[in-house]
Amino acid sequence: MIDVEEALARMADGIALLKDQRPVMIGIHTGGVWVAERLHHRLGLADALGTLDISFYRDDFSRVGMNPQVKTSQLPVSLEGRHIVLVDDVLHTGRTIRAALNEIFDFARPASISLAVLIVRDGRELPIQPDVVGAAIALRPGEHLKLTGPNPLGIKIMEKAE
Amino acid sequence: MITDIQVDDHGRHRHFLTTEGLSAKAIGEILDTAESFISVGEREIKKVPLLRGKTIVNLFFEASTRTRTTFEIAGKRLSADIININTSVSATQKGESLLDTVRNLEAMHTDLFVVRHPVSGAADLIARSVPNHVHVVNAGDGRHAHPTQGLLDMFTIRRYKGGFANLKVAIVGDVLHSRVARSQIHALTALGTGEVRVIGPRSLLPFAVESLGAKSYTTMAEGLAGVDVIIMLRLQFERMSGALIPSAHEYFSLYGLTPERLALADPEAIVMHPGPMNRGLEIASEVADGPQSVILPQVTFGIAVRMAILARLAGAAGTETKSP
Amino acid sequence: MNIVISGGRIIDPSQGLDQVGSLFIHDDRLVGFEAPPGFSAERTIDARGLVVCPGLIDLRARLREPGLEHKATLESETRAAAAGGITTLCNPPDTTPPLDNPALAEWMIDRARQLGAAAVLPIGALTRGLSGTHLADMHALHTAGCVGVGNAYAAIKDTAVLRHALEYAAGLDLLVFLTPEDPWLGAHGIMHEGRVATRLGLAGIPASAETVALSRDLILIEQTGARVHFCGLSTAAGLALMAAAKERGLPVTADTPIHQLYLTEDDVGFFDSQCHVRPPLRTLQDREALRTAVAEGVIDAVCSDHQPHEEDAKRVPFSNSEPGIAGLETLLPLTLQLADLGILTLKDALARLTAGPAAILGRPEGTLRSGRSADVCIFDPNTSWTPEPASLRSRGRNSPFFGKPLRGQVILTLKNGHICYEKSAANKATTRDRAPG
Repeated sequence: MIDVEEALARMADGIALLKDQRPVMIGIHTGGVWVAERLHHRLGLADALGTLDISFYRDDFSRVGMNPQVKTSQLPVSLEGRHIVLVDDVLHTGRTIRAALNEIFDFARPASISLAVLIVRDGRELPIQPDVVGAAIALRPGEHLKLTGPNPLGIKIMEKAE
Repeated sequence: MITDIQVDDHGRHRHFLTTEGLSAKAIGEILDTAESFISVGEREIKKVPLLRGKTIVNLFFEASTRTRTTFEIAGKRLSADIININTSVSATQKGESLLDTVRNLEAMHTDLFVVRHPVSGAADLIARSVPNHVHVVNAGDGRHAHPTQGLLDMFTIRRYKGGFANLKVAIVGDVLHSRVARSQIHALTALGTGEVRVIGPRSLLPFAVESLGAKSYTTMAEGLAGVDVIIMLRLQFERMSGALIPSAHEYFSLYGLTPERLALADPEAIVMHPGPMNRGLEIASEVADGPQSVILPQVTFGIAVRMAILARLAGAAGTETKSP
Repeated sequence: MNIVISGGRIIDPSQGLDQVGSLFIHDDRLVGFEAPPGFSAERTIDARGLVVCPGLIDLRARLREPGLEHKATLESETRAAAAGGITTLCNPPDTTPPLDNPALAEWMIDRARQLGAAAVLPIGALTRGLSGTHLADMHALHTAGCVGVGNAYAAIKDTAVLRHALEYAAGLDLLVFLTPEDPWLGAHGIMHEGRVATRLGLAGIPASAETVALSRDLILIEQTGARVHFCGLSTAAGLALMAAAKERGLPVTADTPIHQLYLTEDDVGFFDSQCHVRPPLRTLQDREALRTAVAEGVIDAVCSDHQPHEEDAKRVPFSNSEPGIAGLETLLPLTLQLADLGILTLKDALARLTAGPAAILGRPEGTLRSGRSADVCIFDPNTSWTPEPASLRSRGRNSPFFGKPLRGQVILTLKNGHICYEKSAANKATTRDRAPG
């Protein structure tokens, strides 16, 4: 079983190494924001936390349609020329990160983007790898991860409902 | 009897033809999505890739600058390809029929039609004739409906007033000929608005307007008392004098929104107008440009609301249901 | 040819008859319910389980010829009429050109006679070209065979012209057909001014369009003594005026289209152009009043108000669609359904399609009396069928009743003793042919 607190601590250590870059932290809705809130607080970053809803950038939009509960992306500071730490809960296919990168570039041209994820699992479909990882896990076919939160933050392995 | 075809058997929005029959939940979702699109309009790059590769045809059989432009901007901000076709009804009556025009455009792989037509029911007819994967948005049909305008007005009210339950909303003017008023009334009642009023001369109020869920008033003094939202309707030039009302002058003296009349409403009341305004006819300039006017924000919101509606329809292709 | 229709339930409202028996036909004439001496049937039609009644008379059916042959023709529609049990029909004068010319009236009558299905009784124009300004040659039209004169949907706006037209017609003892619709109140209107029109943003035709016109007409009838038949009453208020006029003894009669007894404004739903009719579909209260009026005889006859259209005429926005329903073949089953609903007896229902219209027109048809022409309708009251565009004989492709099962199906229609319609042999379970002799 994954210890979420331990994984968060490992992430914080990883991101702390980037502190000289004064990174702007951005969490991806919904789980990534929960993780980012914890990290942001723990690291005491100077700039306010940004949040990203990638609904408008999904590549499966024409198949699944509009998410009616879309949230607004909020980037409190300008990203132009800044170093960004993009935070998500689970890295799986990589498609969410692809969408997030596209959205960030529609706001500005950052100096760099690092990817920090709470959990990395198998099943990548795009050439995207994390820079900071809380924990790694391999799942059996039909299983998927579900983050619960925001307080307390937990992670569960679920059988995929048909 | 034929029934509403906006929503398919899977509960998904296929067409957007009228606000009649929309649930408070569906309207709420559209307004929420629109909120997100507002922020897109404030970005450096005001564009999202949602409708990349989709073709939208703005098919306008009636002159319109604002509605067509806002649909065009909305479509472009969603990365769709937009084609504007402005044609007059007389041209189609001489040559091909309305449905033939649509079929020809459909053959060019149009994904979504935005239709404005001077005859009530035109968009409904087109929606019933297009294949399954094509969507139709009604941008105003005759006196029937102008649902995107109706929802952008709801967006505006929600922005400024927070909710609907405790509101008194007055719609003033030529309700009889107004598709905007009908769409507003249906949406307001669906959202559980405290009280919906229409105010105008009897000759410009539709028969049995109460059946739509609105109380009718013939004087501003009674109708505006204590209202939170005042929506002024445009008086068409051709109706300014004749059998329905005697003169523009008399109309303004009875129903024009002046600062004195505005004072009858709640002090926090907002003033709306779907445009284009006739200053000095239905609304005094001091009111139109005054602190309670939200007429210009309405236009800004119109883009976001239309983006939300286009996105809601265009993503609902096929019959697959939403994955978790 | 000698024909006997045997074992059927014979209903003849003109004689108050409802009995099981046989009907004998010699050549083009009815010869009674008993075999005349020496009668030898060349054909026996087994009508057991079926109803035998006079051929139906339809007071208003547009055949579209001359002028609109792309919609229908005299041939297609008189055959469709026969398939609906109708043996006589009145054609309104709004043909193209209008029926203000005796030669045109003669041509229609002759053409229908040659075709041998339903007979056509033209209604001549009341004013020349239906202009509403100059009187038509009413006497010549009558002599040519017109059953009366009228102006169809073209209102006579000038009250003085209407007065003189009624006076002139009264002098010739001509029946005048009037359509009560005030041209000003009804102008631009497309459906009943009510809840649904308000919802759909369609221009309304108020009930007062009917009552205002009817009131004016009734006053002029009282003044001129003209015999007037009112076409297509649709409102409860109009019916009240009609009942009062009859009470006063005015020489007036009225009909209503059968669809008005079933459909209401609500059936327009979301712009269903199949429900675009004129006069428009009214409220439920109006429909209930119409049903009562048909039962009580304030409405003397029910008609099809047949208006056949090609598909495209309805495949346009509601306001641009052409009004009307192709109703010849649904007239009988829908009228029978009034009896099923308990609104009136089967005999009285059939009276509104036979004796009722015959009395209005002063015609010898609409009866099974011995010596009259052998116009007979035989129908199966229990068979259900579902009208579909392809199943209609009419060229019209417009009906809100498509896809709705109806009970009562015409099996055989005789016009002047000649079988002009017989349900196809494939599903002819209830009739049997026998060799002559």
